[in-house]
Amino acid sequence: MTLRDFIDKLLRRQPASATTAKERLQLVLAHDRSDLNPELLEQMRKEILEVVSRYVEIDFSEGDVSLETEDRVTALVANLPIRRAKVNPGLPAPSEESDSPKAETVEEPEEPALSEAEKETVVS
Amino acid sequence: MTSTGCRFILICSGKGGVGKTTLTANLGIALARQGMRTAVLDADFGLRNLDLLLGLENRIVYTAQDVLSESCRLEQALVKHKQEPKLALMPAGNPRMLEWLKPEDMQKIAAMLGECHDIVLIDCPAGIEDGFKNAAAAAQEAIVITTPEVSAVRDADRVIGLLNTRGIKPIQMVLNRVRPKMMANQEMLAVDDVTDILALPLLGLVLEDEQVIVSTNRGEPLTLNGSNSPAATAYGNIARRICGEEIPLIDPSKVRQGLRAKLSRLMQTKIF
Repeated sequence: MTLRDFIDKLLRRQPASATTAKERLQLVLAHDRSDLNPELLEQMRKEILEVVSRYVEIDFSEGDVSLETEDRVTALVANLPIRRAKVNPGLPAPSEESDSPKAETVEEPEEPALSEAEKETVVS
Repeated sequence: MTSTGCRFILICSGKGGVGKTTLTANLGIALARQGMRTAVLDADFGLRNLDLLLGLENRIVYTAQDVLSESCRLEQALVKHKQEPKLALMPAGNPRMLEWLKPEDMQKIAAMLGECHDIVLIDCPAGIEDGFKNAAAAAQEAIVITTPEVSAVRDADRVIGLLNTRGIKPIQMVLNRVRPKMMANQEMLAVDDVTDILALPLLGLVLEDEQVIVSTNRGEPLTLNGSNSPAATAYGNIARRICGEEIPLIDPSKVRQGLRAKLSRLMQTKIF
C-alpha cells in the first residue's frame, strides 16, 4: 500500500485507478492463464470443501478458494479456517497427526510447461 | 536459419494499435544506423502498413507473394530505403494470400532474408490467430510491445503464453505510450506493475510523444532524421540494447522536476 492509497482510505475516497487496474488485471490473468472458467472453479471449490470437511469442521463463511498469480505462475489458494478436527474422520484416512489442526501446506507443482502450479493451504 | 548467424526478432503485442509497426519501422532505421544489415518483414498481410510508416509505399513492385510463387527473385521484391541503404523492406503480399499462407511459407521467406541480413524484424499482425502463428513460425526471439492499459497488458499476457509454448526466447518487453504525469498521480499502471505482471525483462520505455504522429504523417520514422524527441531517443536506445550495449532505462518519475513532481513521488512511497 502506498501513502496515496492510505490517505484515500482515510478519506474514504476511491483508490487510485492504477491500483484498481492492477488488481483487476491480476484477477483476470489468473483466470486466463489457468484456462479455468468460473463454473469449473466453483465445482472444484465445492469438491475441495467436501473433501476437507470430511476430516475437519470448516468455517464456511470465512473460507475462500481462489486463483492467485505471481511471476507467471498461477496458484490455487485455499484458505479454510478450521473450527475443530473431527474425532472420527469416518474414512480410511491416511496417517495423519489427528490433534494438530495447525497450518498444513501442500505444494504440488504440475506441468511447468503450462506454467501452472497448484497450492492448497489450510490454515486454522 | 541459425546457420547464417542472422537474428529473427518477432515484434508482437496481441492487441492492435499499441505501436508494433511504429516500433518496427523505427528500430529498422536505428539498427541500420548501427551498421546492421537489417530487413523488416511485414507479416501483417491483412492490414499492411509498414510500407506506409517507412515512406516506401510507392516503391513496391513485387511482394512476398511473388517471392513465394517464384515469379520474382528476393532482391527484386526487397525495397531498399533511400536514405538508409542498409535497411530493406519485404512487403506483405495480397490479403487473399491469407487463405493459403502456411507457417512454412513464412519460414522460407525469413530464411531467404537471413542469407543476406544480420537481423530480420518481423512485424506481426494483431491477434493470436493464423496471422500470428505464421509470423511466429519465422522467429527465434521476440519483443512484446504493450502500453500501461489493462486491455493491452492482458492481450500481451496471452501472446507471451503462446511464445513460451513455442520456445521462442528471449522475450523482452517494450512499454509504449508512458505518461509520466499520470503515473506519478497513480492514474496509470506503473512500470513495475506491468513488468511484475508480465514477468518479462524491460527492453525499453517509450514516452507518449506527439512527434510519433507527425513522423508517421510524413512517412519518416523519428529515428531517421536525428530527432531528439523523447520517443526518438527511446527507439534509438532500444536498438542499441538489441546490439548488446548497456544503456540505463529512463525513470518516468525523474522526467518531471519541481515541487508537484516531488509531492507525487512522496505519495507513491510504499508504507506497508
